Amino acid sequence: MIEIINLKKSFDGNEVLRGIDITIHDGETVAIIGESGCGKSVLLKHMIGLLHPDSGTVKVDGIDIANAGEELLYSLRRRIGFLFQSAALFDSMTVYENIVLGLWEAGERDEVKLGQIATEKLGLVGLRGIENLKPSSLSGGMKKRVGLARALAMQPKYMFYDEPTTGLDPVTSDQIDYLILSLTESFSTTNLIVTHDLFTVKRIAKRVIYLYHGLIFFDGTPKELEQSTDQRVIQFIERFVK
Amino acid sequence: MNPVQYIGGKIVRFLTEFGEISRLLERTFSFVPRLKRDRSLLLKQMEHIGTNSLPLVIIIGFFTGMVSSWQAAEQFKGNISFSLLGSAVSRAIFMELGPVLTAIVIAGRVGASIAAELGTMRVTEQIDALESLGISPIRYLSTPRVLAGTLMMPILTIFANIIALFGAFIVANYFLNISDKIFFDSVKRYFHLKDIFGGLFKSIFFGGVTSLLGVHVGLRTTGGAEGVGKACIRAFVLSAAMVLILDYVLWTIIF
Repeated sequence: MIEIINLKKSFDGNEVLRGIDITIHDGETVAIIGESGCGKSVLLKHMIGLLHPDSGTVKVDGIDIANAGEELLYSLRRRIGFLFQSAALFDSMTVYENIVLGLWEAGERDEVKLGQIATEKLGLVGLRGIENLKPSSLSGGMKKRVGLARALAMQPKYMFYDEPTTGLDPVTSDQIDYLILSLTESFSTTNLIVTHDLFTVKRIAKRVIYLYHGLIFFDGTPKELEQSTDQRVIQFIERFVK
Repeated sequence: MNPVQYIGGKIVRFLTEFGEISRLLERTFSFVPRLKRDRSLLLKQMEHIGTNSLPLVIIIGFFTGMVSSWQAAEQFKGNISFSLLGSAVSRAIFMELGPVLTAIVIAGRVGASIAAELGTMRVTEQIDALESLGISPIRYLSTPRVLAGTLMMPILTIFANIIALFGAFIVANYFLNISDKIFFDSVKRYFHLKDIFGGLFKSIFFGGVTSLLGVHVGLRTTGGAEGVGKACIRAFVLSAAMVLILDYVLWTIIF
């Protein structure tokens, strides 16, 4: 379970999060939406301890992220898979090395087992046979899928997706959406998806949180979001409804 | 903003950054006991910082030696016997020119490249990705680089010293007509072990500080490609300045 209590964060005097309270239960798939710069990615990065709150608390499985010791924080992070907006593949490594790095660093030294895991995870994302390629020779969609395979290699309890379809063409976006859906069904992970793609929200999420000016403006189902009569919500979803 | 606020702000920023560098140094060395497990990371950096820098160090060392021979000859002309040239040049090389010029070359090649590599990793979220996989960037990136710099700089300095001495001898022998016997007798006559070890001792600090500042600047990079470019320049400027400041401080302590 993830609990966020009165989370506040500013950058150079600019208040990005102004008091966020969210509880996410195990097994939920939650989409966090909002305009660019409203603090969606900042919120997600607090949940993995990449950013520290100015005030408030973020707890994952009861562990207060901001006050956890280094070892505890790193062991907690191994329970969380994170797909970055840019995929963030290590460009000095091959696809195989990217996928097994987390496991290797966690102490797994059996090369046969590591090879099997890499092949299996690449198979799950539909990219068998690219183990020896470098990220520079992959397309944007392939990078995202390799990023997903890397996150899945750690067998995470939680999956965080930071704008998984941003910058991709509609066909590849659809592929990523269906991939996330099938992986969610296969691994029963708790998912948080930061996006402003409402097609993704409708397909994948069971719950939507709409951030507006650093506060939660809406928290409900995708259907309730569509039926909202609030002008700000209507304005946000209008483009997709049309 | 009045002058007091401006100067005060600068002092606070300097002290804050000094504190951050000290904390980075402490955390970097706290992972040294783990290096047995991470030896492949260390060896890779030793190759990058040491072996790959060797051609450049050889060229710099050779020309430094040659020019120092000409310089000494110019100053000796009419005042001091050329039979002492070998001693003057070799002591200058061992105590000062070898360690300092090697360190400045490495600050340009290695310090800036560490800042560029880590800066690019920072702005493309690769550092965040490391953390998300439960890997400490300090252990994985900083410790091998700082330790490799600290270990490899004295070795590079030894090469620079030998090549520079050879370069100095070439000029002395071919252009100044000083025989090999006179040149090397002069080197031996005033040779002190402390000269070499003092220079090598300084180079340990130069190597550590160059890599540490490269890591520090790289990990703090913001602002995309432009930020990476600025990080490279900053890493080089800071490293070169620190090498010269440290050189003065260590000189007063050692010699």
